[in-house]
Amino acid sequence: MPNNALTEAVFYILLSLTKPMHGYGIMQNTEALSSGRVKLAPGTLYGALNTLLEKGWITAIADGNEDSRKKEYLITDLGKQVAHAELLRLKELYENGNKILEEEK
Amino acid sequence: MRHVVYNAFWVWNFDKEEKWLNEMAAKGLCLVSINGFRYEFEDCVPGEYTIKMELLKKSPKKPESKKYLEFLEETGAEFVGSFSNWVYLRKNRSKGEFELYSDNKSRVEHLSRILKTILYVLIMNFLAGALNIWILIQSHMFMNAVGVINIILAFIGIFGYVHISKKLKRIKKEAELFE
Repeated sequence: MPNNALTEAVFYILLSLTKPMHGYGIMQNTEALSSGRVKLAPGTLYGALNTLLEKGWITAIADGNEDSRKKEYLITDLGKQVAHAELLRLKELYENGNKILEEEK
Repeated sequence: MRHVVYNAFWVWNFDKEEKWLNEMAAKGLCLVSINGFRYEFEDCVPGEYTIKMELLKKSPKKPESKKYLEFLEETGAEFVGSFSNWVYLRKNRSKGEFELYSDNKSRVEHLSRILKTILYVLIMNFLAGALNIWILIQSHMFMNAVGVINIILAFIGIFGYVHISKKLKRIKKEAELFE
């Protein structure tokens, strides 16, 4: 597992893709999850999705609708492991921040 | 009704071009096609559309670019036209705000791509200019406007290169702290 922090965009994409979703769905879901704070722009999202596909953290799945060229994506087991590792990192960050900044008050 | 307007922008002033196109859209003139300096507008509801420009990695006719444009269309954006590798996009205001990039990394990538293009054109002009002037000297001709124009363009290109470099540096600095 990498030790580096994931970008906010990548973390929210991985969270969204625990259910199959289109690109536009990921944008809407991320905005809803973060109460409107994180708005993924399509150019950034497209680049991130391609990198995640290359890494094997997500996979593209066939859309049920044959007429549609829209692609749906889903997180892989590897992607889930990465997201869990990120969660641990965030917990550490949160706990340390809480401990030091809150005690200072 | 269609309105044709001629206007010219240096490539490094693409944000000014984008701003101008948005001002036109705010007045009720929406871009419908582009060919070099020739912009064609059609009447639309003032402020109905937001316009964005993007320099793609490859020609908009290539499959990689087409896939990307299809993806953008899924998100509510519309392809208006293209000039070289630049694409002109619009999105109806009712479908929300229109941004192409939401992090500094992708902004840096886009500006780097523009920088590379400017550098390429600059070097080509410089080489062509040098060659033309060399021919002039060899052949003892009095005038060689082509060579001089190439060299002038190369120098203007240096200005553009510096302009975009500064912008890139600002965003890169920002990227050290924020995504």
